[in-house]
Amino acid sequence: MTSGPDPARRRADRRPPTIVPCPDGPILVRGDVTILDDDGRPVPRQRATVALCRCGASTIKPFCDGTHKAIGFTSA
Amino acid sequence: MLTQRVLGQAADLVTDDDVQLALYVMYELFYGGFDGVDDDWEWDPELLGVRSLVETALEKQLLARVAVPDDVPPDRAAVADALFALTAPGPGPSVARFVAKKASREQLHEFLIHRSVYQLKEADPHTWAIPRLTGQPKAALVEIQADEYGGGDPGRMHCELFARTMRGVGLDAEYGAYIEQIPAVTLAGVNVMSWFGLHRRWRGAIAGHLAAFEMTSSLPNRLYGDGFRRQGFGQDVTLYFDEHVEADAVHEQIAGRDLAGALAQQQPDLTHDILFGAATCLYLDDLVGRHLLSAWDAGVSSLRES
Ligand SMILES: [Fe+2]
Ligand SMILES: [Fe+2]
Repeated sequence: MTSGPDPARRRADRRPPTIVPCPDGPILVRGDVTILDDDGRPVPRQRATVALCRCGASTIKPFCDGTHKAIGFTSA
Repeated sequence: MLTQRVLGQAADLVTDDDVQLALYVMYELFYGGFDGVDDDWEWDPELLGVRSLVETALEKQLLARVAVPDDVPPDRAAVADALFALTAPGPGPSVARFVAKKASREQLHEFLIHRSVYQLKEADPHTWAIPRLTGQPKAALVEIQADEYGGGDPGRMHCELFARTMRGVGLDAEYGAYIEQIPAVTLAGVNVMSWFGLHRRWRGAIAGHLAAFEMTSSLPNRLYGDGFRRQGFGQDVTLYFDEHVEADAVHEQIAGRDLAGALAQQQPDLTHDILFGAATCLYLDDLVGRHLLSAWDAGVSSLRES
């Protein structure tokens, strides 16, 4: 993904964080949240609302790529 | 009158080039219009009458052909579940798998040309629904559309990313450049979005259509990107697809639950329309897919000769 200005991030900063676990799907994250990788570096965020992988099978972790649907992941 | 005669003679409106192109042109007056065509045609009563005849005939055909689940209660979670079930990835042949594994450069060009009819104005048909919704479903649609329009960054608007992909492979990214080569079945896919989007009566259907569209996007877009990478294209070309792998995994959740699901709960009598919109999206997507794969399997172009 490209780096540089991150307008979605700037706008997202104005909103308190919310975290929504979607049934059988990812975790939606909105608002003022910085996602850090294992080394503590911020993961570039391209959009105001992001979906974090919960099934473990995404090819673009930490983000969701819809693979949970192909592997029949259930969150219940 | 001529329109009625043409409609009466067309065995299948979805694959009739004249019918779909005429409808496309009438809808296009509501978007970018045409150079040299008076803007007043948009609301010309006689033309609207013609459009209505075509829409009524098309509606009749689609209602007869599109199977809609009829046992779904008007409940947010139940409607979201039904939409995810309808759109569940299947094992059969698909355009995405063909693009990933087999498509030639020429077939990739064709693929982009088909897609360009919608993707160069991506998100616009669903935007018509915003003022017709209220509360949660409205906010959900705005949240999705804001992301489609680049979150305020014109360079990241999805239509612009698609234009970059087209230019990156040497195609003309001007809207409508290839319109003469687009077969009816592809036009039908975008015409249905305009039909649902422009009529308040179909606000449920446009919401369901968007949900189905988003739910069938992330996984195929990864395969589309793979196909272009396989043919040696770089990130300037694949960014559109890479962006959709990530974006539509977000959008499908919002569209399924907060838009379509919440709309059914808020206006229970729209539940059937929501599912009809989703099923129609899938029905037409399947027809386009069959058209592309049968042409490519036969080694011929999937485009019309212009
Ligand atoms: Fe998009
Ligand atoms: Fe999307």
